[in-house]
Amino acid sequence: MNSPTDWKSEAMRARIRRRYAAERRFRLVGLGAVLLSAAFLAFLLLTMAANGWRGFTRTEIRLPVDFPHSTLILDPATIQGFGAEAALAGADIAGVTTKAADAAWPAIGGARLLSDGAWLNVRAAIRHDPAILNGRAAIYVPAATDIDLAAKGDGSPEAERAYAALKKEGAVRTAFSIAFLTGADATDPTVAGIWGAFKGSLLTMLVTLLLAFPIGVLSALYLEEYAPRNRWTDLIEVSINNLAAVPSIIFGLLGLAVFLNMMNLPRSAPIVGGLTLALMTMPVIVIAGRNAIKSVPPSIRDAALGIGASRVQVVFHHVLPLALPGILTGTIIGMARALGETAPLLMIGMRAFIATPPGGVADPATVLPVQIFLWSDEVSRGFVEKTSAAIIVLLAFLLLMNGLAIFLRNRFETRW
Amino acid sequence: MSTLAVLLTLLGLGLVGWLAGRGRALHFAAAGRSRPHSRPGQHGWYVALWAMLPALIFLAVWASIAPGLTTETALDSPAASALPAPGMERNAILAETRALANGTLAAAFHPEADALLPAYRAAQIRYGIAGALLAIVIAFAGGAFAYTRLAPDFRARTRIERLVMAVLLLASLIAILTTAGIVASLLFESLRFFSSVSPLEFLFGLNWSPQTAIRADQVGSSGAFGAVPLFWGTIFIGAIIAMIVAIPLGLMSAIYLTQYARPATRKWMKPLLEMLAGVPTVVYGYFAALTVAPALRNFAASVGIPGASSESALAAGLVMGVMIIPFVSSMADDSIAAVPQSMRDGSLALGATSSETIRQVIVPAALPGVVGGVLLAVSRAIGETMIVVMAAGLAANLTLNPFASVTTVTTQIVQLLTGDQEFDSPKTLAAFALGLVLFLVTLALNIVALRVVKKYREAYE
Repeated sequence: MNSPTDWKSEAMRARIRRRYAAERRFRLVGLGAVLLSAAFLAFLLLTMAANGWRGFTRTEIRLPVDFPHSTLILDPATIQGFGAEAALAGADIAGVTTKAADAAWPAIGGARLLSDGAWLNVRAAIRHDPAILNGRAAIYVPAATDIDLAAKGDGSPEAERAYAALKKEGAVRTAFSIAFLTGADATDPTVAGIWGAFKGSLLTMLVTLLLAFPIGVLSALYLEEYAPRNRWTDLIEVSINNLAAVPSIIFGLLGLAVFLNMMNLPRSAPIVGGLTLALMTMPVIVIAGRNAIKSVPPSIRDAALGIGASRVQVVFHHVLPLALPGILTGTIIGMARALGETAPLLMIGMRAFIATPPGGVADPATVLPVQIFLWSDEVSRGFVEKTSAAIIVLLAFLLLMNGLAIFLRNRFETRW
Repeated sequence: MSTLAVLLTLLGLGLVGWLAGRGRALHFAAAGRSRPHSRPGQHGWYVALWAMLPALIFLAVWASIAPGLTTETALDSPAASALPAPGMERNAILAETRALANGTLAAAFHPEADALLPAYRAAQIRYGIAGALLAIVIAFAGGAFAYTRLAPDFRARTRIERLVMAVLLLASLIAILTTAGIVASLLFESLRFFSSVSPLEFLFGLNWSPQTAIRADQVGSSGAFGAVPLFWGTIFIGAIIAMIVAIPLGLMSAIYLTQYARPATRKWMKPLLEMLAGVPTVVYGYFAALTVAPALRNFAASVGIPGASSESALAAGLVMGVMIIPFVSSMADDSIAAVPQSMRDGSLALGATSSETIRQVIVPAALPGVVGGVLLAVSRAIGETMIVVMAAGLAANLTLNPFASVTTVTTQIVQLLTGDQEFDSPKTLAAFALGLVLFLVTLALNIVALRVVKKYREAYE
């Protein structure tokens, strides 16, 4: 077998062709995997966008109200200054709205065409311009869920007929739903909004940030700069690394057992949610902080020590400012994770139906992801698009936070 | 509001202390025979901290004992003579009075509470003022004490730095406290659960139906707590179906992005894939329940698979697998990058094509790291909650059919704890036992994974 390899032989060429074909196949499989993963992401986002954009709009009906001939007893002069709210509260605006709708469209459903919150728009119109009480007025009010769905081509036959009739009359329009951005949770999807949950999220995140950021930064500084190498330090390190990998629902169980049952803090309150999420976010900040502190070159520490700074001064005057962009990036990423977190908050009771935005950190509240979860369980078809719209808002905020993190990293982080 | 006022006063005193201490130290520096040990600002901080910290600690202690003192004083008042003897009712009335005084209750149920209210309010105000005055006195005393100690050779900086170190140490101990809190609360509640249900039945029982009846004579009042169907469901969804999706896609993506893709492509492709991990799990859950599950059920029904459910294991597992892709791919990415370039060069020099090098040299060499990454991904998947809560079912089935409904440990924890049950029933305690199992399993997986990865890193260093 000493003859040289015949590279040009047919068998050898076939073998090489086969090997090159395998190479191309492998490469295509790899590209396919990347594209498939990206396609999943695109499909997810497109599904949410397609379902959700309609959640930001609502169908409104032009309701003719004949105030002088209605049962409403309200003097325009009283709706001025401080007495206005009391005067409006005493008047039966809801009844007048119902009767006006019944009178306008007796054949196709009357008041059932209107959302439960329609009278609020009538009240707002009176408040805005009391003069309309002196005559006939046409006020745009939100339509009922059925009509809303029919307008979006998704309703029952009966609602489709009613919508067609209203459309022929020219009495419907599609408007941007301010109620969705300013309202709180409601049983009627046409008036349900995300502001209540959003405010709950903000308060919860505030508590989380105020607790997790200082504790996380300080323990990162201690572990990286001062801690002696002994068993205690090892224990702290192992704890932090494990906490970062503990399933989030376990933190919920901890919050339930310690904050609610032992310390008797208020249920469903942002303060408890914030505490629980802070415990979860803190290890993330510590790990990111340690990496940022580690990347500050030792020459800076040596120089500061050399001109007589104490070890505390070295860290707080030199190392910490240089590491701060990295720490902030890690903090924002940790906070973004906490903002999207649902499971631990379910455990501590933040899943209640809350119809008013929370006033403070001790009030019952819900948060955006939990609101999404609650709406996804609703039977009413109108909530499907509201859920997707809330998801769009949540994703937009996460994107914003991550964008900020990337911006901070590119703008301020120094490569040594 | 008065608490806020006291806090602001203390802050003001701290500022005064800072200015006074700094002023005195500046004076030392100006008189300047010997150079002072610490900077003027450090002297200022020393005085400010002495003025604020003891007073704040006192306020915290006072806040915890003041309600008890207030109640005692209120009980000494004439209105308290109408109260019933110590017992449940008396405590209820006292609790009501407290709630009335704090404004959390609008109207009392017991008339005695209304009668006691003026005495309670008066005592509350008295103790509030006493606490505030004492705090301010302590602040003055602390500040004055610190001020008298200032001298040119006084080591203010050392003392402040000692405090800073103590605060740093305390902050880092919180991690240990949290871990201890998790272990203690899970263990404590689980032990209570195991006192009514045998651990053997829990770990090896095949029947899970935690619905304990309200009345003792109802059928099935005992409830069955055999968790094997839950463990199977968790493994089926998280460790089998999700991994069948995530391992090939994650590994091949990592190989393509590290070995084939141009650096420019890689630069934007990698963050794009990592976005998959940044999407909140509730969004995945909604997607699985709304889009994937019905499609899979229709598909199963059209090809005639029996037992197809709209809450199939497959829907939850598929979506979870997509979520896990970035974890697998970034771990694989790291371990492929750690394979020495010389091994790759050697293989290529022998005439192997890129794909042959990858399959026969790089992947085997990177395998421990990849396995570690997969273990971490499994630990992440079995602890994942929202996807399975929204897309997987509640029926505890032991089945191999991916189109059937199975339930998982995390789903059941959520289910058990969100009802209106009393906290002490075995039903709610079972959630903590499940949590303990979950915690231990994820912990073990993480430790093994980190050890594997570490050992492998050392092999090439």
